[in-house]
Amino acid sequence: MIIKTRKEIPSSEITPEAVYRDRRKFLKSSLAAGIGGTGLLSSTLNAQTGDALFARAPADINLASKPDWLVEKAAARTDAPASGPFNTDEELTPFDDVSTYNNFYEFGTGKDDPARNARDFSIEPWTVKVEGECAKPGSYSLEDILKPHTFEERVFRLRCVEAWSMVIPWVGFSLGDLLKRFEPTGDANYVQFDTLVDSEQMPAQRSRFATIDWPYQEGLRMDEAMHPLATIATGLYNDILPAQNGAPLRLVVPWKYGFKSIKSIVAIRFTKTMPNNTWRDLQASEYGFYANVNPQVSHPRWSQASERRLPTSLFMPRRIDTMMFNGYADEVASLYDGMDLRRFY
Amino acid sequence: MSFLAKPVIFLLCLAPGAYLAYAVYLAFTGGENLLGPDPAQFLSLETGEWAIRLLILSLAITPLRYLFNWPVLFRFRRMIGLFAYFYVCLHLLVFLMFLLQWQWGDIGTEIAERPFITIGFAAFIILTPLAATSFNIAQRKLGRNWKRLHRLSYAASILGALHVIWIVRSSYFDAVLYGGLVALLLGYRLLRKYSKAVQQFSLLK
Repeated sequence: MIIKTRKEIPSSEITPEAVYRDRRKFLKSSLAAGIGGTGLLSSTLNAQTGDALFARAPADINLASKPDWLVEKAAARTDAPASGPFNTDEELTPFDDVSTYNNFYEFGTGKDDPARNARDFSIEPWTVKVEGECAKPGSYSLEDILKPHTFEERVFRLRCVEAWSMVIPWVGFSLGDLLKRFEPTGDANYVQFDTLVDSEQMPAQRSRFATIDWPYQEGLRMDEAMHPLATIATGLYNDILPAQNGAPLRLVVPWKYGFKSIKSIVAIRFTKTMPNNTWRDLQASEYGFYANVNPQVSHPRWSQASERRLPTSLFMPRRIDTMMFNGYADEVASLYDGMDLRRFY
Repeated sequence: MSFLAKPVIFLLCLAPGAYLAYAVYLAFTGGENLLGPDPAQFLSLETGEWAIRLLILSLAITPLRYLFNWPVLFRFRRMIGLFAYFYVCLHLLVFLMFLLQWQWGDIGTEIAERPFITIGFAAFIILTPLAATSFNIAQRKLGRNWKRLHRLSYAASILGALHVIWIVRSSYFDAVLYGGLVALLLGYRLLRKYSKAVQQFSLLK
């Protein structure tokens, strides 16, 4: 059961950035213009969205400790470009919702379990193993992995296969820039990622009822992975990632269903053949390798034609049409030229 | 004190629904958000869970009554069964009203094309005549047929358990719990019927 107590943010903590590049003002004015009618309706909407639009992450995100160098890098990120696929003028999903409504099955099955169970998650030390078809395999520390990259803000839509979606300002950089450093060979046709296995810290990995054969794994075709929109995210809003959002580094592949965007990565593996990915392994008739957002291909449990944009409300629901490739078709459709997307779902 | 038992059980069964109704009231008037960022989904899950729990509880009355020789339990069977139906109706209402906004075209496709929704809807259809014939006069009028009709609750509970099993994602826990309980309670009845038949057969000899 989600019982949220929203902490008041002292005014001293709210920087001018709180007017997150004028989104909040924009929202308020459009609310005033668009509704203008009954007090009931506007107060409902305010409670659901307006007041919740905190532009900053709170100081105490879920993590045992925050490495200073990483926090500094996240704070020094460049702003998202004003237009183009790395930004959108859609309303952001508030930090509170992004960080309390999660599918991160290592921390539990309920949407609010990860936020509760990941409180003391430690990302120090953190090692990423690089393996397979590349010239520079090895064990890399988090600093080795992230230090050479400049962090950027990237505002993407995130569409879950369960038919809900969010708009999230990530902090990160292109996955391809990281992969290039390991010099993948000509035989590297795919790249696979593993999430951490640590049953001490991740309670659901101790469960006898788990359907998932840990580690959670995901993969991309090499050309997908090298696409500039494929992102390594290291932060959220103006801070580093909270544990429940996949600290310290995760994938964000905005044109694919959310389950492709694997969290808390500890292994990167270049492979010749198509690697295993967890949900396809569990239920291949329902989940594919590609998992591109596609409103025309229905999932047996959820229609994919529309989505609930979160936060939504009961009486003014935000149910919107799902877009092909989650609205990134101009950028990524050419990756799939000539493929039957009904067969390769 | 036993005169208090019925109202107490009534209030216990009502409590989850009352809490959710209060949360919906707050959402309507713009108060505190108790339902999270995806309120329709949350309501759907909660009402569904209470429906299957109470359905299972209503099925447990008869075995418990015989196993523990506790006839007083029968006094609560109808009430618990009706509460199960009440939560089934709320679950369906949340689905139609808040998840699909009464879009009849979508409702048709969802029920026809998603097997787990099809069986859930079938369970609702099956339970409806049972709720409608739950009062004393119907029971008297239907006589022996009342019992036969109300055995349909076995079918509804199997469909309910399948409905839960079908939506398993990362954990088998709910599937094992609810599926296991339904199997146990129906298995008990089968066993009892079988042992009675064996008894009668040996008496005939």
